[in-house]
Amino acid sequence: MSAADKLLDVQHVTVEFHIGGLVGGSLLVAVNDVSFSLDMDQPEIFTLAGESGSGKTTLSRLLLRDLEPTRGKVLFEGRDLATVRNRSEFKEFMKKVQPVFQNPFETFSPLRRVDAYLFDTALNFEMAPDHQTAARVVEEALRNVGLSLEEVSNRYPHELSGGQIQRVSVARALISQPKLILADEPVSMVDASLRMEIVNLFRKLRDEQRVSVIYITHDLATAYYISDRIGIMLRGFIIESGPVEDVLDRPLHPYTQLLKESVPEPAPKERESWAKHISLGTTEVKEYSRAGCKFAGRCPHVMEICRVVDPPDVQVERRTVKCYLYTEHAEPAAAGIQP
Amino acid sequence: MALLSVENLSAYYRTEIYGISRTVRAVDGVSFELKPNEIYGVAGESSCGKTTLIKVISGNLKPPLKVNSGSVSYHFGIHAVDMLHISQEELRRDLRWKEISYVMQGSMSVLNPVRKIIRTFEDIVDTHEGIPDKKRFFEQVREHVNRLGLPSEVLTSYPHQLSGGMRQRVAIALATVFHPRLIIADEPTTALDVVVQRGVLQMIKDIQAMSNNTVLLVTHDMAVHANVADRVMIMYAGRIAEEAPTEIIFNAPLHPYTQHLIHSLPMIGERSNKVSLRGAPPNLANPPTGCRFHERCPYVMDICRTEVPELVTVQDGHRVACHLVKENPL
Repeated sequence: MSAADKLLDVQHVTVEFHIGGLVGGSLLVAVNDVSFSLDMDQPEIFTLAGESGSGKTTLSRLLLRDLEPTRGKVLFEGRDLATVRNRSEFKEFMKKVQPVFQNPFETFSPLRRVDAYLFDTALNFEMAPDHQTAARVVEEALRNVGLSLEEVSNRYPHELSGGQIQRVSVARALISQPKLILADEPVSMVDASLRMEIVNLFRKLRDEQRVSVIYITHDLATAYYISDRIGIMLRGFIIESGPVEDVLDRPLHPYTQLLKESVPEPAPKERESWAKHISLGTTEVKEYSRAGCKFAGRCPHVMEICRVVDPPDVQVERRTVKCYLYTEHAEPAAAGIQP
Repeated sequence: MALLSVENLSAYYRTEIYGISRTVRAVDGVSFELKPNEIYGVAGESSCGKTTLIKVISGNLKPPLKVNSGSVSYHFGIHAVDMLHISQEELRRDLRWKEISYVMQGSMSVLNPVRKIIRTFEDIVDTHEGIPDKKRFFEQVREHVNRLGLPSEVLTSYPHQLSGGMRQRVAIALATVFHPRLIIADEPTTALDVVVQRGVLQMIKDIQAMSNNTVLLVTHDMAVHANVADRVMIMYAGRIAEEAPTEIIFNAPLHPYTQHLIHSLPMIGERSNKVSLRGAPPNLANPPTGCRFHERCPYVMDICRTEVPELVTVQDGHRVACHLVKENPL
């Protein structure tokens, strides 16, 4: 697959933040040598999952060009985002990549009617020459999320339910007919009885509107439900990625295994094994500054080399794992921990 | 004997601004009991009255919240307490921390950011019991903290030096320093990562098993209840929809709302199509007549629109408020 066939191509991207004062301070590598790509013709839902502080949100800011990588490149439709400089080019880019944020009640100002945002977006992106034509564009976007202009016009955010307003937020993202939607924890603030309608919506967008979705979440259960592929992040690295059934049904990386095991299953049958004791890190920063594999301090299969050198990416069937257990010389050990 | 009996409790928020009065019926006709030595889960969506219920039973009544009717009574051994008629002074002196303690979502707001953890322990113990012997006190706190599986170093750390999960566990250690008979945990793991959440919940379970006290665990996360609670109450729009032992809530739920909650949960390893309920949770300033769930219920009947369903016992320990169940008993 050449670069031209890729909608999004993230190549060895690293983001470093300097924390601390003028003298001293330390370097925090929020995203560390991350690569992945999305196919141009085959829309898909790609999940980036990980715990807080794993670099998910920094990565999403990179993809929205809100942040520039310290090293590496992000190509969108074959073009390096670093070369998108002037306003009109940036507008073209924004038209194609749209975000959906976590808390819909923060996305919209409580003092402004929600339909105003939809019209603004339509006019700003020149999807319509005037307000009247814009109404058609807005109506169309709302229909795609199962709402109508009648239901939302002249309504303030507090007059809509959490599920409805999050759908308006998705509709707003759809107005410019994007190719990629970046959804950062879009359901974590939505009530349980309304959550699945938002999740199902992303599936529908992929199938009917042919929009690719990058779904950023810490919730592995919804990730399993909607995504095609998944990348598990730990302290800036994608440590395991591949088709979601492979990664979550039979996780290979010890961290993915721990993560999957820790998700409480909504059934009382696994209570005993779930209550088995686990070790937790005491402080936050230690793992970032650790040399070698970031999981070495908690890993049950840790080896000498893990603490010294970053593990390489190893291809195991359809997925990539960043772990020494699966490198060639460690084959027997790997076989031993297959779940 | 029950540790806590709540009978027919109604607590409303009453506000009057510019002569327009508004009543939000956050808790309406709720009755239940907490037994000694159990983990009792309360589940429900946002604004279903979970937090209001906790406020009332922990004696935290401040305007505009008012109790309209009902009773809340505790039995600590031979000592009975009427929570709705106790003075603030007695509450503070005899009950808070000692008999009833509270673990909340943001542990950062419990810990003083400019003092080491051990000083926070000192503050709390000093106000409630006094510290005659400092050395012995430090020893006791260290023992307490170690027994709960935390390293002694946390005591000499400042809150910002600890990870979120460790802070939440310190908050739990603080809440259990007097071995209270009731621990109220309000969304104790909501802001935490899954691995950390597991560690914190394990700690709550361990403490309960060690001291045989009662834990009231409030969270919207059904998966947490499945793994931690002994009994679960499902609230909807200020009322109890269903209450049963955890196994029954998950394996044989009777209320349509509970059934939906359970069946709509996505699970790893299973991808069948899940759907949401139509509509949204009602506004409690103007709740629907009859059963408050009727507008969203797939099995709605005429009676549901006019008559409030009673909470009936269908089996030992299994109570449901639904006309369907009343009409076709098991």
